[in-house]
Amino acid sequence: MGGLHGRVWVFGDNISTDEIVPARYLMRFMPYEKLAEVAMEPLRPGFYRLVSPGDILVAGTNFGCGSSREEAPRAIAATGISCVVAESFGRIFYRNAINVGLPVVECKGLKGKLAEGDEVEVDIETGRIVRIRDSLVMEGDSKPELVLRILRAGGLIPFLRAAVGRKPNSSCSVGKGGEGWSAL
Amino acid sequence: MERTIAEKVISSRSGMPSPAGEFVVAEVDLAFFHDGNRPLVSELLEDMELAVFRPGATKVVLDHAATCPNRVVANVQAALRLFAERWGVELFEVGEGVCHQVLGERGLIRPGSLVVGADSHTTTLGAFNALATGMGSSDVAAAVALGKTWLRVPETLRVEITGNLGQGVSAKDVALALVGKLGASGADYMALEFHGEGLDSLSLEGRMCVCNMATETGAKFAVMPCDGVLEEWFASQGIRVGQGVKPDPGANYKRVLSLDLTSLEPLVAAPGAVQNVHPVKEFQGIRVHEGVVGTCANGRLEDLRDVADVLRGRRLAVGRRLFVSPASRLVFRRAAEEGILATLVEAGAIIVPPGCGGCSGAGHVGIPADGEVVISAGTRNFPGRLGNPATEIYLASPRTVAASVVSGRICDPRDLT
Repeated sequence: MGGLHGRVWVFGDNISTDEIVPARYLMRFMPYEKLAEVAMEPLRPGFYRLVSPGDILVAGTNFGCGSSREEAPRAIAATGISCVVAESFGRIFYRNAINVGLPVVECKGLKGKLAEGDEVEVDIETGRIVRIRDSLVMEGDSKPELVLRILRAGGLIPFLRAAVGRKPNSSCSVGKGGEGWSAL
Repeated sequence: MERTIAEKVISSRSGMPSPAGEFVVAEVDLAFFHDGNRPLVSELLEDMELAVFRPGATKVVLDHAATCPNRVVANVQAALRLFAERWGVELFEVGEGVCHQVLGERGLIRPGSLVVGADSHTTTLGAFNALATGMGSSDVAAAVALGKTWLRVPETLRVEITGNLGQGVSAKDVALALVGKLGASGADYMALEFHGEGLDSLSLEGRMCVCNMATETGAKFAVMPCDGVLEEWFASQGIRVGQGVKPDPGANYKRVLSLDLTSLEPLVAAPGAVQNVHPVKEFQGIRVHEGVVGTCANGRLEDLRDVADVLRGRRLAVGRRLFVSPASRLVFRRAAEEGILATLVEAGAIIVPPGCGGCSGAGHVGIPADGEVVISAGTRNFPGRLGNPATEIYLASPRTVAASVVSGRICDPRDLT
């Protein structure tokens, strides 16, 4: 998986999934590319227009708190953001991001170290973050192997489809539903 | 090994020791989702070409759009009905109520079980001495397809409750006090265990409210004990349960928090964040435009009784409106039988079908106008939560909401004349 290199967008603390994707858009069941257009809207309308593919979202504490809506990480990913790095995450958002293949790194002590426009390199596997302009190194969380497998596959659904689904290119033999995970 | 409730339940479901901090794969006793989740769990199963692993342990509830406000939603609900029929999965129709209320009141949540729901307020079901947590669509789809989920075993924060609730103070005030003390991430990734003689002050309904709001502290699970209150309820439903799950005497807690009910007063969460908790007195006198009672936080019979208690013989202040949504058909029926609905209607309240309307701003109940102030017994007050970002939402107990729409201003219910 290695390093992701990108320009940084900085947000604050306690940003809920209601601010990442407001609920009034959810009931329209828009395609995810359209959801990108409303990503972060309460905080920064038109955020998607600013993002270049590969940019990195940086946040403070408790990013993604609140509702379990999976549209939140999906909308962020649809803007072109390659990963989210934060001081800390809302529990469900952190998990959902991994499950939709959006890498997330939790890094204590990150706050205040990155300014908008900074270039960084993020190693998803080790959690190491490097501020390019002066090579400052920050250590974020490293991931357990199961989580890395899910991210490499592009998310939980592609991961499980390859592992236990009935696609012809599946490397595992088809087992009863419950067997799949212990075989991995 | 001395274990907490979370460690015990997860180790029994994973077949491995499961101390806090470990990553394990655990069997799930019940998985459910609703019509507000995307991607649809049904679509994800098709995507993976997997079957529903245990139809009897899978539930679907149509609650987020009970009045079905648009064509897209109608087609989503139709798709979910087809899914349920195809796999023999129980589906609760529009109007049956909010998922956590329906599953709980039907006795489907048992002590010591591991439950996952595609909704962050699944922690509500911890009131039944279960380990119940919210996840996103993909996770729930995996649980539905494989009967398992991966988990990091949480540390546990023990909450010791003492004292008694005073006049005018409700379970919602206990819930708000908890969130106020812990803050929005004070229990992040942790299990909350509730103990203490103060729990005798909390009915099962009150406990559901506390467990519901616990998710706002970042908690993964919020577990009440299987004590006399819970055992009596199961008995009244003709359901036999065992001892439930208790922690071992030497279990390791990351932190212990004390909560004394006697010292509590009516509280509000001020606009913008649920952790913004203050005594209601600090905001006394602020004009309100709209009140909301209902949702998985406070749409139960006791909540409606509290509202009726305040509204009896009174009318809403001029220019104010009150939306009241019983959290389930059962609650709705009982409220009708007790004459509560007549009292509410007489006072000017609007009765809303059981469901999540009036909470998530999904577009069809009680959207406020620009500049208006809403006082709600719902779950969240993030900006724009009710569908209009140019408004302010205060969270409070049903009693405080009722007192405020009657007086027309934010009002400590004990002060209402």
